[in-house]
Amino acid sequence: MTVKLTVISALGSLVWGTLLAAMRVSPVPLMRGFGTAYVNIVRNIPLTVIIVFNSLGLADIFGVTMGATDFKIQGFRLAVLGFVAYTAAFVCEAVRSGINTVPLGQAEAARAIGLSFSQTLRLIVLPQAFRSVIGPLANVLIALTKNTTVAAAIGVAEAAALMKTMIENEAQTLLIGAVFALGFVVLTLPTGLILGWLGKRLAVKR
Amino acid sequence: MTEVSVAKQDVAATGELVVLKSVNKHFGALHVLQDIDLTIARGEVVVVIGPSGSGKSTLCRTINRLETIDSGTIAIDGRPLPQEGKELARLRADVGMVFQSFNLFAHKTVLENVMLGQIKVRKADRKKAEERARTLLDRVGVAAQADKYPAQLSGGQQQRVAIARALAMDPKVMLFDEPTSALDPEMINEVLEVMQQLARDGMTMIVVTHEMGFARSAANRVVFMADGRIVEEAAPDQFFSNPRSDRAKDFLSKILHH
Repeated sequence: MTVKLTVISALGSLVWGTLLAAMRVSPVPLMRGFGTAYVNIVRNIPLTVIIVFNSLGLADIFGVTMGATDFKIQGFRLAVLGFVAYTAAFVCEAVRSGINTVPLGQAEAARAIGLSFSQTLRLIVLPQAFRSVIGPLANVLIALTKNTTVAAAIGVAEAAALMKTMIENEAQTLLIGAVFALGFVVLTLPTGLILGWLGKRLAVKR
Repeated sequence: MTEVSVAKQDVAATGELVVLKSVNKHFGALHVLQDIDLTIARGEVVVVIGPSGSGKSTLCRTINRLETIDSGTIAIDGRPLPQEGKELARLRADVGMVFQSFNLFAHKTVLENVMLGQIKVRKADRKKAEERARTLLDRVGVAAQADKYPAQLSGGQQQRVAIARALAMDPKVMLFDEPTSALDPEMINEVLEVMQQLARDGMTMIVVTHEMGFARSAANRVVFMADGRIVEEAAPDQFFSNPRSDRAKDFLSKILHH
């Protein structure tokens, strides 16, 4: 469940975070304002508050069930929504710092051959930006993997929830704790190593 | 080029390709372009020279609106420069630009650099685009480097690829913004030769440069700028041997005798 939660949330937050970054560098003031406001509000709210609000606020008060009838599926989907909304703010800032590493001349050359703003961003700027921020993005993804434990707060059966149940039943606190900690290292260590290797391999030479 | 075309009334037929009228631009308090009037005819090669900070690069960049202007008008092929958007992108595709710092797309191979505009802007199919890209790379003499990345090429090779990339769009006019200023001396000639060839082939060119040799041999007209104004316009022979303004005399004495 942890892996599933992480993968779906990671994909969602990469897409939404990139869109936010595009908004923050766009020539339209309204979009820039929205992007800036979103990032500054969302990244300063504790994740637990967002997740619990999704469950209690969105689901119970506003009746947002994300098309689920089952309570468990609903909890999972709301958790994904929360993680995407939260992590995207960090992805956005990582991508935006990547955009700033791409020399201005690249975008000028792209515009000079007649590419539109969105083509310039998609074909020239973002591909180079992503390559320079693979390292920082790995950080964000590792943080997301560990953050998924917060979903236990709204009853999603991920690792932390499972650990709590096991400790209640077995009373082997240290051992079970160590096993789960090791489990996370097994998930996150390769993520960091693979992305670090990828970052070096794909780096744009200037 | 006889008087046969007089019957046509539209601007394009008169042979005026780029027309700037009383163009003004400020960078803060600095008045970088002051009442610039300049007309470039189809097929003409105009070389813009002048001391640093005279506004010649800025002038070059306003023509495809990489720099906006404060007042005045710029028209290309009879059409005024549109606002930022699709219309402007279409116009930029018709105006080739070569930069001082090459600005090849660093994450794409040389071949992809030359193909990109054809595919994404001109909507050419891949095969045709590749064929044309290889022909152009061959023409500028870097066909053997097609599959390398820009960083693996010398400055001179990169600049020639940049010229091929601009040519791939079939531009009506080419802008060169100090194309040889970032190059080692031994690589300057290989780029200038490509530009000479282009000039002989009848391309309309606006060239900002410090290469007086190129100005003498390839230009139809020399435009001398200083302090944001066009001080003098003349044929190269006349300009270099017998400049009219004191400012130009002063400039030429500094660069030609040392």
